[in-house]
Amino acid sequence: MSERTATSGSYWRGFALPGVVWLCLFVVVPAYAVLAMATGRVNILLTPIPAWDPTTWNPGYLSKAFSGSLPGGEYWPAVRNTLVYVGASLLLCFAIGYPVAYYVARHARRTKKLLITLLVIPFWVSYLLRMLAWIGLLSTDGYINKLLSDIGISNPPNWLDGNAYSVILALLYGYIPYFILPVFAGLDRIDRSQIEAARDLGATPFQAFMRVTLPLSRPALLAGSALVVLPMFGDYYTNDLISASPRTNMLGNEINLFIQGGPEKNLGASLVIVLMVILSIGMLYYVFQTARDARRFA
Amino acid sequence: MKLTPKPLRNPWGKPRFLAVITWLYIVWALVPVLIAMLFSFNNGRSRSVWQGFSIRWWWGDPNLSIFHNPDYTHALVHSLTLAAFDIVIAVPLGVLLALGLARWRGRGSSAANGLMLVPLITPEIVMAVSLLLVFTQLAIVPFTLVHLGTPAQVIGQVTFSLSYVVVIVRARLAVIGGEYEEAARDLGATPVQALRLVLLPLLMPAILASMLIVFALSIDDFVVTQYMSSTSTTTTIPMFLYANARGGTTTPALNALATVLVLTTLLGIAIAYALYAAFGRRASTGDTSMVRELSGLEATA
Repeated sequence: MSERTATSGSYWRGFALPGVVWLCLFVVVPAYAVLAMATGRVNILLTPIPAWDPTTWNPGYLSKAFSGSLPGGEYWPAVRNTLVYVGASLLLCFAIGYPVAYYVARHARRTKKLLITLLVIPFWVSYLLRMLAWIGLLSTDGYINKLLSDIGISNPPNWLDGNAYSVILALLYGYIPYFILPVFAGLDRIDRSQIEAARDLGATPFQAFMRVTLPLSRPALLAGSALVVLPMFGDYYTNDLISASPRTNMLGNEINLFIQGGPEKNLGASLVIVLMVILSIGMLYYVFQTARDARRFA
Repeated sequence: MKLTPKPLRNPWGKPRFLAVITWLYIVWALVPVLIAMLFSFNNGRSRSVWQGFSIRWWWGDPNLSIFHNPDYTHALVHSLTLAAFDIVIAVPLGVLLALGLARWRGRGSSAANGLMLVPLITPEIVMAVSLLLVFTQLAIVPFTLVHLGTPAQVIGQVTFSLSYVVVIVRARLAVIGGEYEEAARDLGATPVQALRLVLLPLLMPAILASMLIVFALSIDDFVVTQYMSSTSTTTTIPMFLYANARGGTTTPALNALATVLVLTTLLGIAIAYALYAAFGRRASTGDTSMVRELSGLEATA
């Protein structure tokens, strides 16, 4: 459109400029600060000193963080916990979230608007309140234990002290709304005539689901997974609130402890880089799959 | 299930078990929150055992109820202050960036597009750590001018809010297309006039949705806001909830504070919808366009 006008090139670039400057100042430079801190040193007073000049980089902390994150290493329990908790929560997201999104997109009729509203509500409820709710329910004199003793289970575990199941439940509870909504949006967009065509051509409902609906919902499932996995990998506060025990520490807890708790900011920054490397492996898979889907469904 | 061909069932019929799963999920998702809110009316100090109804934690208790405890009221005021700054800075900046990124072709534009997505795919702790390091370690202007506390909190919040605004506005720009502006230009409007008189009113639903999302992001944010905080005067409601959630001495006033947070968000939604009804509808593409814009966020991943 306005490309016709001679001024348009620099005109629109000017619109983007303030935002781009902002992102450079507060995303790009800080990212470099993490790298500088990870490759930095400590001075004689044990104060961490970042290495701003690449020629003075010290690989010590980074290699300690990476080797420590491998099985058997010092940070491996945290890495393993992260992978297990996030993996379990994601599986449960699929097991619960996909049927819910599928039902609302495909089968709900008169109740569809109501259901969408109900699915959206958790978005507007503070994450901290939703955790607070479970702290109340899971406390030793809370409703969960009351329910358990009512059905004859005495001696229930202490849910709020280093219990991995509680952490997984809390992560699931916290993030599943971010999974369901994009999956619902994706399923809702699937053209019904494609499924009708499959049925007309003799597919059973199950076959039509397996051969048409499921492949077509892959992009939405990938998007939903990315939306929950990325924040879960950096989560530390859910764990702090629900477990408060180093037994269930995730990578985010280690980073938070090093950066805010102690003087070893170099190691904290190095673990941030470990986290980003793990995530970029996942992101590469995501980008690769999305590109493949885009070609296939184009 | 014998070989007799059954008449084709209505393929869109309701499978009962899916309906059951869906409603169970909704009960599971909402009832704990309702219980937690209800406990703000508990007539006792417990946040897990019901001891009768009272409003002591809301108003009755002269020291500990939320409206009599300066810690609580201050956290509420600070949360709202940060949200206001975040909206005022992030929404205009994001709208401009969205317009620029949508139309600027040429060197640097794809890099800028990629850069805009970075905050969306970065876990919050990574952003928080990186901003903390740059503000506390890098002795270069402008970073030395930013002190931890309110200024750093605002910058942190704007940085993660910006991309959401861009995504929402760009989705709307794509729907609007270029024809309206082109028509305005053909009728003699300058580029600035076409933008102000034609495009901006058409973008209004997206701008309102952005304001709402930024408000919700800001008021609910914990990680970045906590990393960027300084003294107790920069404590927000989520920070207060985090610090006191496990405390044995904490009273149901904490539940009341969390309820206030939710009510504030609901008020924000109500205001946004009222504004939307007042002057957004003319420009909208349909009744559900606000919902569409919000669910358009899904395209971000």
